[in-house]
Amino acid sequence: MWRSLTLLPGTLDAPQGLVPRGLVLAAAVCLLPALFTPLWKMTMFAPQYPDGLELSIYSHKLDSGRGGQDAKEINLLNHYIGMREIATEDFDEFKWMPFMIGGLVILFLRAAVLGRLGHLIDLVALFGYFSLYGMGSFAYKLYAYGHHLDPSAAVKVGPFTPPFFGYKQLANFEVYSYPGPATYALAAAGACLVAALFVAWRRRDVAAVPSQ
Amino acid sequence: MKMSKKSLIQLASVAALLLVAVVFGHCAPSAPQRAKSMTPVSDVAIAAQKTYVAPGDLDEYYLFSSGGHSGQVYVYGVPSMRHLSTIPVFTPYPATGYGFDDDSKKMLGGLTWGDVHHPSLSETKGDYDGRWLFVNEMNGRLARIDLRDFKTKQILGPIPNISGNHASAFVTPNTEYSMMASRFSIPIPKGTAVDVDKYASLYKGVVAGIKIDPQSGTMSLGFEILLPPFDWDLGDAGKLASDGWMFLTAYNSERATGKLEVTSTQRDRDYIAAINWRDAEKAAAEGKGDLIGGVKVLDPAKVPGLVYLMPCGKSPHGVDVSPDGKYVVGSGKLQGVTTVFNFEKIATAIRNKDFTGDEDGIPVLKYESIKDAEVPVGLGPLHTQFGPDGFAYTSLFVDSAIAKWKLGTWEVVDKVPMSYSIGHLCAAEGDTVSPDGKWLVGLNKLSHGRHLPVGPSQPESSQLVDITEEKMKLVYDAFTEPEPHYAQMIKADKVHPIEVYPKEENKHPLAIWDVKDAGLTRSGDKVTVKMVAVRSTLTPTAFEVKQGDTVTVALTNIEQTTDELHGFAILDYNINIVVDPGETKTVTFKVQNAGVFPYYCTNFCSALHQEMQGYLVVKPRG
Repeated sequence: MWRSLTLLPGTLDAPQGLVPRGLVLAAAVCLLPALFTPLWKMTMFAPQYPDGLELSIYSHKLDSGRGGQDAKEINLLNHYIGMREIATEDFDEFKWMPFMIGGLVILFLRAAVLGRLGHLIDLVALFGYFSLYGMGSFAYKLYAYGHHLDPSAAVKVGPFTPPFFGYKQLANFEVYSYPGPATYALAAAGACLVAALFVAWRRRDVAAVPSQ
Repeated sequence: MKMSKKSLIQLASVAALLLVAVVFGHCAPSAPQRAKSMTPVSDVAIAAQKTYVAPGDLDEYYLFSSGGHSGQVYVYGVPSMRHLSTIPVFTPYPATGYGFDDDSKKMLGGLTWGDVHHPSLSETKGDYDGRWLFVNEMNGRLARIDLRDFKTKQILGPIPNISGNHASAFVTPNTEYSMMASRFSIPIPKGTAVDVDKYASLYKGVVAGIKIDPQSGTMSLGFEILLPPFDWDLGDAGKLASDGWMFLTAYNSERATGKLEVTSTQRDRDYIAAINWRDAEKAAAEGKGDLIGGVKVLDPAKVPGLVYLMPCGKSPHGVDVSPDGKYVVGSGKLQGVTTVFNFEKIATAIRNKDFTGDEDGIPVLKYESIKDAEVPVGLGPLHTQFGPDGFAYTSLFVDSAIAKWKLGTWEVVDKVPMSYSIGHLCAAEGDTVSPDGKWLVGLNKLSHGRHLPVGPSQPESSQLVDITEEKMKLVYDAFTEPEPHYAQMIKADKVHPIEVYPKEENKHPLAIWDVKDAGLTRSGDKVTVKMVAVRSTLTPTAFEVKQGDTVTVALTNIEQTTDELHGFAILDYNINIVVDPGETKTVTFKVQNAGVFPYYCTNFCSALHQEMQGYLVVKPRG
């Protein structure tokens, strides 16, 4: 391990090989749906809402069922418990996230064209950081909506966190929260990157053996 | 054993007594034998399954049933016969606030009653198109209900010269016209006082063609035609083969007055008028006619070719045109047959001037030349509807039954008893060019004994009959609000109602969409309050005016969620309106007394509905 690390500076310039470059290209393509499809989807059912209320979070906007009417309904119901209105303006992410994804696409393409192992390592680190930050920030948003409740609300409920992943019963609502196509696409991009790194790293070992 | 002479005589006497007892002792049966033999064999399980619509499931058809003198239209689902909705038309209806807000109050025009008779769904090429429903009422009025929101949009009339508008609102095959006619002829123009003994010559019947705008549905007077003072009773528009004609029945061709049940029933035949509405439209466009009561009235004596009279026995009530338009079925309520006229023969008789006389200059066609059949349907035939397979269904008031018979062969194939005294009947799309068959509803005048007792004021009955098979089967009894005269049944997928009024369509000048814009503006002693209703606050929650002010409250329900209606009622005032999601309504009133008057949401909306209240504060003047 230590030896590998000491050798690392030298191997950063090692070529990735065709398969990893192809995988990086695929990862770049996988980033594109993230610009157009929902990252996360929340669906809520109650006896009075048998068809459910739907809220979709994109990289750049909030969207909801019935032409945006569902979001209004969710906010209207939430005002009884003093929850802050879920509004596009509250999501700074919408400003930088599309830009960030675009930047990543360019970096991915750069790594695929130049084909150095070092670029690949940069990408894995950067992409991993981006993904974790995005999810963390989303989780915190959920936490904040459920915890920073107006004390003068008509209905007092204890602080709660809406489900981040899966199902939770909140009062009369069954709430389901699951990743959308964009998140799955990002996961696929991540998988491509890791696979590319794995193959390229193995190849580096193979390439390094004769030179020893 | 040998019997004595004495005992033989005794035995003979007993036998004779027994014989006499058997012959004369026959007592009346406990139930009418005929009714017993006509009782339908209804397999309860099949009937239950056919009519059962499980919770959450939807019906196959809408039934729009006239509410008679309730002034309303009732909507039922078929086959469940569940009451779905009430559409107020000519009568205030506090449940939806109809007749309380400024617009609907104005539309009612001061009358708070109307006698709704014949719903007529709009048609395209002779088939229901699901756009509008027209209903008439006796005070010379016609209303249009928009099926986009099931709301009354226009009330036309009272139309000049029309008196007792019963023969209405039958529309033409492309909804070009609806019709109106006088059942109670009067001297015209209205306001003329002439003794009843001059009835035969100085009282006049009138038929009006009500023009309908093909885009907006807006109704206006198209033409009026002067008719003899008969009692113009029912109508139907010709279609396909007979397109361009309207048919209108009349009883009392005796021109009698007084005790009509005797005086108007002396002749064996009265009439069905065949009216060429296309020619009437043309004549009106050419400016023909005499000005009576402010409108041009065409006199058939001066404009020949507009009207012909078809003799029809006896005191005809309903007239119904077959799906292909070839037959005109007239039902004389005081006889045992229904008369079928052949339109081709009618056209030929008109061409050949095959007349037997005239009434006030209107030619009378020769009965024998135009009649195809007298179908022995049973006693008291009133109305006929049609199936998809050449069968016709005629209601029999006196027999209290429905007769099924075949067009062309004129053979009566089946009868089903109705409980009791059926008036109109309604088959699925049964008056269109393509009837569906399947279901038939008998709209009965009497229901006695077939429901839990509810005191002397009894409901009417509407009975569902399955007509999918050769034998008609009674499958369900429903007890409908008074009074189902006629009804029409339309396939549910032809009607596409909205669930909320889209915000962007609300062009009301006083509409507001943000509670920040709510509040009061004053101009002299006129006060306008723009108010917002949204769960669970009426904003403003209080407002103050001065005694003697005229206040207009404009309430906008800014919800866009299905079923989130909000009401607005002020205690001690005759104010109670309901505003649908996305709708704005105004109510204007004068504040007479000082004091504090609570207002609140009447239509239960949310968990905090009770809290949706406020105060009108009226300060004394001085």
